[in-house]
Amino acid sequence: MSVDKKTVAKIADLARIAVKEDELAPMAGELNNILDWIAQLSEVNTDDVAPMTSVVEVDLPWRDDKVTDGGYRDDILANAPAARHGFFTVPKVIE
Amino acid sequence: MTALTNLTLTEARAGLANGDFTSCELTEQYLAAMTAGRDLNCFIVETADIALKMAAQADQRIRAGTATAVTGIPIAVKDLFCTKDVHSCAASHILNGFKPKYESTVTANLWRDGAVMLGKTNMDEFAMGSSNETSYYGPVKNPWRATGTDGVLETKDYVPGGSSGGSVAAVAADMAVAALGTDTGGSIRQPAAFTGLVGLKPTYGRCSRWGMIAFASSLDQAGPITRTVGDAALMLASMAGYDRKDSTAVDRPVPDYGPALTGDICGLKVGIPREYRVDDMPEEIEKLWQQGIDWMTAAGAEIVDISLPHTKYALPTYYIVAPAEASSNLARYDGVKYGLRVDGDSLDGMYKNTRAAGFGDEVKRRILIGTYVLSAGYYDAYYLKAQKIRTLIARDFARAYNQVDVILTPTAPSAAFALGEKADDPLAMYLNDVFTVPASLAGLPAISVPAGLSRARMPLGLQLIGRAFDEETMLRAAQVLEQAANFEAKPEIWWRER
Amino acid sequence: MADYIHGATGEWEVVIGLEIHAQVTSEAKLFSGASTTFGAEPNSQVSFVCCAMPGMLPVINAECIRQAVRTGLAIGCKINLRSVFDRKNYFYADLPQGYQISQFKDPIVGEGTVVIDLPDGQTKIIGVERLHLEQDAGKSMHDQHPSQTYVDLNRSGVALMEIVSMPDMRSAAEAGAYFRKIRTLVRYVGTCDGNMEQGSMRADVNVSVRRPGAELGTRTETKNINSIRYMMQVIDYEARRQVDILEQGGQIHQETRQFDPATGTTSGLRSKEEAHDYRYFPDPDLLPLEFTQAFVDDLAKTLPELPDDKKNRLIADLGLSEYNAGVLVAEKENADYFEELLELLVKKTGKTPTELATQAANWVIMDLFGALKKFSKSISDSPVSTVDGAELLALQIGGTISGRIAKDVFEIMLESGKNPEQIVEEKGLKQMSDSGELEAIIDAVLADHPDKVEQYRAGKDKLFGFFVGQVMKKTRGQANPQMVNQLLRPRLDG
Ligand SMILES: [Mg+2]
Ligand SMILES: [Zn+2]
Repeated sequence: MSVDKKTVAKIADLARIAVKEDELAPMAGELNNILDWIAQLSEVNTDDVAPMTSVVEVDLPWRDDKVTDGGYRDDILANAPAARHGFFTVPKVIE
Repeated sequence: MTALTNLTLTEARAGLANGDFTSCELTEQYLAAMTAGRDLNCFIVETADIALKMAAQADQRIRAGTATAVTGIPIAVKDLFCTKDVHSCAASHILNGFKPKYESTVTANLWRDGAVMLGKTNMDEFAMGSSNETSYYGPVKNPWRATGTDGVLETKDYVPGGSSGGSVAAVAADMAVAALGTDTGGSIRQPAAFTGLVGLKPTYGRCSRWGMIAFASSLDQAGPITRTVGDAALMLASMAGYDRKDSTAVDRPVPDYGPALTGDICGLKVGIPREYRVDDMPEEIEKLWQQGIDWMTAAGAEIVDISLPHTKYALPTYYIVAPAEASSNLARYDGVKYGLRVDGDSLDGMYKNTRAAGFGDEVKRRILIGTYVLSAGYYDAYYLKAQKIRTLIARDFARAYNQVDVILTPTAPSAAFALGEKADDPLAMYLNDVFTVPASLAGLPAISVPAGLSRARMPLGLQLIGRAFDEETMLRAAQVLEQAANFEAKPEIWWRER
Repeated sequence: MADYIHGATGEWEVVIGLEIHAQVTSEAKLFSGASTTFGAEPNSQVSFVCCAMPGMLPVINAECIRQAVRTGLAIGCKINLRSVFDRKNYFYADLPQGYQISQFKDPIVGEGTVVIDLPDGQTKIIGVERLHLEQDAGKSMHDQHPSQTYVDLNRSGVALMEIVSMPDMRSAAEAGAYFRKIRTLVRYVGTCDGNMEQGSMRADVNVSVRRPGAELGTRTETKNINSIRYMMQVIDYEARRQVDILEQGGQIHQETRQFDPATGTTSGLRSKEEAHDYRYFPDPDLLPLEFTQAFVDDLAKTLPELPDDKKNRLIADLGLSEYNAGVLVAEKENADYFEELLELLVKKTGKTPTELATQAANWVIMDLFGALKKFSKSISDSPVSTVDGAELLALQIGGTISGRIAKDVFEIMLESGKNPEQIVEEKGLKQMSDSGELEAIIDAVLADHPDKVEQYRAGKDKLFGFFVGQVMKKTRGQANPQMVNQLLRPRLDG
């Protein structure tokens, strides 16, 4: 399995990272190096092996249905690059 | 006043308790050392005002007789921990200016016990790296420099290891008594080995991850970086504890590790995994490992040859699981709620520009790898496969622990390397973690203990891997190793010249 | 029920599947302790977890688990004792984590079926594929500023149940009935308030067309429909649109569409389709969700009688008609009102429930619902209590007032809020059932109209009604009509 420039552009798009055209080829090279190295895993037989879900053998803790948090809008917005009238704001989304 | 900056935590605690000096005096000396040592680039932010305030409170507490083991002890905090109203950016530009309105559980535990915060330490961006060269704030320099064959200290800079590079360099250069690190695939243990320190990664779930900026959720653990094994035990006892805010934290009482450090490992079974004897292992690493085996034998331990057959697959497995989780964990850095925003002609344009400008090359590389291995058509071949092999790796360890109590290995395949030496070769960089990653994948506790010097007089470490939640046995063995190694070397101080 | 679309080239069948998003009734959000109350100030019900601050972690709300299981039980689904939370990765302004925590491969609730009632009186079984728990997103507002979208994260992290049907519906009417049935069920068990105006329930509508009996066609998904009427418009519009395309030799593209209520039409979303690679994987911040069968059994015990059971009981035990029973059970509050009223009526009259049920049901459905509709009130704030309603019916059944007077009394009850006995007393509306009194009035009427009496006796039977009317007039409607009949006939026949 090897990635080409088009694939790199596609995953960069999925990951929302702008990549310049001339960066695509070197990036594809680096990713292929890593993917080729990872490919050795295919030699391990994993039939009938369950995938790891968690290294700790504990039960998922449940919380009570009580309002214990929120109500501090100023703290929520304190680090926002842009906010107005209590809202976060982003460039207009046109659907 | 005599220099207090080379005391161990245990010694500093005794001095504070005796009234030999105050936390304020201790803290001031460390702050001065930090100023003098800025050339090492250990700290992204120094928090002198906070430190002095905390030290004054600690002194009151010591006088009132309510001190704990860490009260008044000045420590450095990795920038991966969110600290309230203080710069917490994971050494990334994308979190530019971020000051959280909350305190991580682990740091909160330390402050509850009276520890003193000196500042936020430099690190690889989002903990992704093994040399501290991926930081937006520039590389950290290892206080240790190699000695040439002529016996003269080189002038070349070395990496401190990573990702907790700033944390280890600060302790090694006597700019903190101890430091907080985080370990995902070796980020505490490898830099500790590179700087002659003790670095402990607890069992996954032992310390809360709440408020610790996530890299790879199923692997990340906070841990102490200290001068001695005893110090690590004291600091871990303060950091650890159940936290209802972290669903993967484990509700188990935190033992008092002190009584575990008996110095007696008679009859302890120490496993030596044959698969760690890699082909191109440098002779000095091989020798150090043998030395470690001999020390353990001399102390009455029983050496057992064991097999961990899937060892060679651990690193590639890690480089699927960790980037996959990271690609998702880092999706929240989108220019909307906090940190950097770079405008674009649309919402997507803003996302793309922000993330292109905000993330460094290594982080981008891992996000892209992670995105790829999770994408449609590749999930089974990569992510699912890796999680299955992870099961096999954990099984290897479980089987081994039927035979042994701890496992002894080298911490890293080499001593610290020169700054820039591996920066252009991601794969060579990844190989640094070949001995630390397996325990991470299995969630096991592991500790690196300084054990000797390389031919170039650079520190080398040995790693002990324990059973899940049996940090006590691991610490006991580590302390015996520490005493046998009697590592007392210190880096020559060259960084204060300017 | 074959409900084919007649195209130019023949008949087409529409195939519909619904993904219903129902907001879980809970105080706090699915993975954080922030409040779920509707209509708060923007970003005032947001915790550091809800807005995805660095280092924040999810902890699951136990009540949301219970609510999902209760809903699953109500729909008659298989409950999965082990389920897994996955991350669904995509970027959007109101999705602060950059992923939604949802359940993909292993949902908390598996397959089940519901029975729907169709307008022609038929019933149909619709398959439910699954129900899973997931986080709601925040809210984007595009109309507040010329160049900016405003984002409010109050909803971010609120628990949703996504209930996915099989593609078993074949008409807008069936889809409407299915949606209504799910809404009835969640409201019965109290797991979702079903409030569509506030967005507590909305549906993604999957529509495809095919030749009758052929393989499934390519479907489109029209998202976020928050009214049953709109949903039915979407289906009719999409079906017609797809048939037109196919008949002109075109192809249907699997795509996401949006509905414009102003025009009643759907349109494809401009956003690129490539973006839909959600890269699901198990959320490493959460362990698998596991519980025991005993936990499920305990929850089953807390469920109220479900609408299908209730309806069957009303028909079998009380002799109600299908229609009446169906109307009464559609909302739990309606059925509760009816049953309470009936119980009171039994006590007051000493008759059996079966003897009284149909009259009581008719009164609730015709008189009371009619009035509620007129005043746009719901049963929970009905101006007439079950006690007063039962009393009114009891007065009528016991002969104290006539049916006609009962209607007047009911009107006065609605206006004044007084109880019926008081009204009858005050206004002197009691039915005259004293035979001596009535005989005197009858005699007076006959005396007033000797000519008419003559004509009646000569064979003009139809005049009987005239005399009854005169008696009622004289008594201002209060004469017991049955007794008037009984007493009048022998006098006239004389
Ligand atoms: Mg949908
Ligand atoms: Zn959904």
